Amino acid sequence: MRPADLCLRRGLLVLLGTVLLAGTSLSRAAEWQLGELMQLLAQTKSGQARFVERKYIAMLDKPVESSGELSFSAPDRMEMRTLKPKKQAMLLDGNRLTLEQDGRQKTVSLQSYPEVAAFVEGIRGTLAGDRQALEKVYKVHLIGTPARWQLMLVPREPSMSRIISGIRIGGSQGEVLSVAYDHADGDRSEMQIVPVARP
Amino acid sequence: MKLLRRYLPTVLWLLALLACAVVIARTTFVANLSAFMPQAPSERQQMLMDQFKDGIIARLILVGIEGGDATERARLSKELSAALRQKPDFVGVQNGSTADLALDRAHVFDNRYLLSPAVDAQRYTEDGLRRAIGSTVEDLSGSAGMLLKQLLPRDPTGEIRELLAQFEGSSQPPSTEGVWSTRDGSRALLLLQTRAEGSDIDAQARTLERVRQAFAAIPNRHADTRLQMTGTSVFSVSSRALIEGEVHRLAAASLVLVVGLLLLVYRSPVLLGLSLLPMLTGTLAGITAVSLGFGQVHGITLGFGTTMIGEAVDYAIYLFVQRPGPGTARLFWRTLWLGLLTSVAGFLALLGSGFPGLTQLGVYSTVGLVAAVLVTRFVLPNLTPAHVPVPDLPRTGAFLQTLMRAAPRLRWLLLLLTTGMLLVTVLHADRLWNRSISALNPVSRADQQLHEELSRDLGASDLRYLAVLTATDQEQALQQAERAGTVLQALSRDGAIAGYSSPAQVLPSLASQQARQAALPEPAALRQRLQAALVGSPLRPERLQGFLNDVELSRTRAPLTRQDLNGSASALLYDSLLIPRERDLLLLMPLRPHRANGAEQDIDIERVDAALKAGGLANITVIDLLAETNALFDSYLREALVFSGLGCLAILALLLLTLRSLTRALRVALPLVCAVVCVTGALVLGGTSLTILHLVGLLLVVAIGSNYALFFDSTNAAASAQEQRQTTISLVTANLTIVGSFGMLALSSVPVLAILGTTVGLGTVLALVFSAVLARPQTGMDMPAPVKSAP
Repeated sequence: MRPADLCLRRGLLVLLGTVLLAGTSLSRAAEWQLGELMQLLAQTKSGQARFVERKYIAMLDKPVESSGELSFSAPDRMEMRTLKPKKQAMLLDGNRLTLEQDGRQKTVSLQSYPEVAAFVEGIRGTLAGDRQALEKVYKVHLIGTPARWQLMLVPREPSMSRIISGIRIGGSQGEVLSVAYDHADGDRSEMQIVPVARP
Repeated sequence: MKLLRRYLPTVLWLLALLACAVVIARTTFVANLSAFMPQAPSERQQMLMDQFKDGIIARLILVGIEGGDATERARLSKELSAALRQKPDFVGVQNGSTADLALDRAHVFDNRYLLSPAVDAQRYTEDGLRRAIGSTVEDLSGSAGMLLKQLLPRDPTGEIRELLAQFEGSSQPPSTEGVWSTRDGSRALLLLQTRAEGSDIDAQARTLERVRQAFAAIPNRHADTRLQMTGTSVFSVSSRALIEGEVHRLAAASLVLVVGLLLLVYRSPVLLGLSLLPMLTGTLAGITAVSLGFGQVHGITLGFGTTMIGEAVDYAIYLFVQRPGPGTARLFWRTLWLGLLTSVAGFLALLGSGFPGLTQLGVYSTVGLVAAVLVTRFVLPNLTPAHVPVPDLPRTGAFLQTLMRAAPRLRWLLLLLTTGMLLVTVLHADRLWNRSISALNPVSRADQQLHEELSRDLGASDLRYLAVLTATDQEQALQQAERAGTVLQALSRDGAIAGYSSPAQVLPSLASQQARQAALPEPAALRQRLQAALVGSPLRPERLQGFLNDVELSRTRAPLTRQDLNGSASALLYDSLLIPRERDLLLLMPLRPHRANGAEQDIDIERVDAALKAGGLANITVIDLLAETNALFDSYLREALVFSGLGCLAILALLLLTLRSLTRALRVALPLVCAVVCVTGALVLGGTSLTILHLVGLLLVVAIGSNYALFFDSTNAAASAQEQRQTTISLVTANLTIVGSFGMLALSSVPVLAILGTTVGLGTVLALVFSAVLARPQTGMDMPAPVKSAP
């Protein structure tokens, strides 16, 4: 039953892609430009959100799910706090990445781990509305409308694209609502983001 | 018969010189750093010191490449390490390149079932497998999940995770362009381990030259790229060259200075030649005594010994300039002997020192001075031709006399100055003493700083906390290390330490490896348990064929040995922590402290020690090296204060005993006290905090300065104007020779020599001036009246 289930899901994905591609032509017509989106995003200086992430791994019959909180403050600080199923925190501040798990902290420099950089620079650059930072690392395509847009990021560096083939970031106006990673080996992860209204 | 009696001393002297020459010809001269490393009082500390001198740390060279851009530096780093790996001089060459790390990663990955402390029979039951695999799958949900998943098919039980947990708290150096670099990326870094022992300085020097040649030979190198090297062996080689060079230069300069000065005063080559005899004899006798007493002579001792030139030549100066007649001879020789005794009392106090360098200096100076006085007393008078005129410098003499007569007017000023300096010293009492051992390090400040920078970035720096034990063989050592490791791992989980290193982390004991092999099920059993364990899990057993293969490979392979580590960084770790000694093995387990804001936090070693003892490791010792060295240094400072105090007391007692008058003894001692106070005050004002060597310098000021005060005292007791003038000239000349030779030391770039030079040079000048100022007003016949009526 399960492989069939997977096939169905893949089918749906392809369908979704087609719909989105159809949206592309519409967006061109609306002259919805990357620069405008970036400006919109850059206006948000800080934000908090809850997330649910599902990782679809070929080795596993069902996706692994995790959830927690996200926070961002411009220009380059981002924190991802996973609460379930295991507590874990990842703090990206400038060039330093700090991982905290089981009460232990580990700090590494982003430039020593290009494969980690491939993951985090995309979402941080988008949240910050930093077009330059994004385009340095990825080829960037924008599709959709301001109310429902999607950024397609494709890593420029071969060392990165060997790991992930693309990142899809979706949102509405100045808010990021989903982040999906497509891995080079066919696995993927999808994160749904629900912004928390600030007090 | 009479002739024989007359020349007996000369003959004996010549024979003694011959004997000295024979001994010196067989003497070994050394110039390593050890002379000013204190001898550790306990065997344990001594063992550690030895380890630092000869062990792995002494065999590490840290290399930095500067200049050019990051790409060029990375290229040079790779080319240099490739070139050095070809050479037999190096046991290990690491530059953090992927190729380097790959070897270690492969070692850890391929042997995970033998290395992982988590592997036991329980873990490979159905239940254990379910839990281990469940935990691994759960980890995939974390932010690093997509990176970890690659390990899943071959390592579903997460042994790699267990292994990495052991290395927690250790940090890899930063990496730029794929090779190790400093934090700011401006230098590429390499770590070399030499084959030669750290104490074999010749071999180390050759090795360093190989590195330089290899670097220079890299083709198309940017012109502005530079090679930097640091490490104990680099220090040993450079400070040996420095000390050797300095000793020759200082000796030559002092000799020229003294000879020039003597020619100026004597204007007679014969007297000059004769004056040098006590000094030369003293030097030879001193070296001979040190050689016989210590088996070797340290270069720094010779460096200090150049001051012998200034001190030993004084006796001849007193003899030739004062030229005691039949009436004054008794007093003259008495004063000279007394002067010798006070000096020797000072130098003898050095024999109590825990620093081999200072003890050698004590022996050297004591024997040298006694020999010099003996030659002056018994040989020189016989060799001096009758017709040589008394050196007389009427104008200079008269000028000096005027100064000396005027000097007592400055009493109040001196009192004021001394009080002021005393106040300065007291006000700075809390930071008067420099408690860091590095203050005595013969290595220059800039080199020390480079070393600190490079070793900090390589993370090789702080071997501050160590758990130490000894074992009879490798297997026993590794088993002990594993038992200690269990306790330390628990402490690390509780947060008492950040982590620890152990040789068992890269090579477990044979017993553990066999136990782990025994714990791994046979293929059929494993397959069956795995199937049962994976019921309800998203993971399917048929995807884990790699895991089954790997387990079977580990289960049946021959256990790992040290040979399997060859060429990897693990080998470096293993060799540096498990050190074979003559009768046993020394096992070192460095403990890593937590860091907060870039600074290391203290480890509660009592707690670690108690935990280890509770864990059944009775013979393990936990050491805080910083605290140990500080305590050691403090004890040496206290000891030094005691022995200088005793030296001063001995000098005072001698004065009392021979002068038989408290007033006269105090009159001799007071200028010395003032000189010591003023030198201390001046040093403190100059921003120097005092070390043991300053203390020794002050002791020498007292020992040498007492001669001046004594001669002032003795002239005052008798003395015609002519005698007074001659005494003054002889004292000033003697003082100038001392100041000259110590002044030369002050110019030295070896810190220990410079410290002593400054202190003694300044102190002896002050001792002479103060002796003049505090001398009893002279009652000679041409005493000008105004002096007495001066306010």
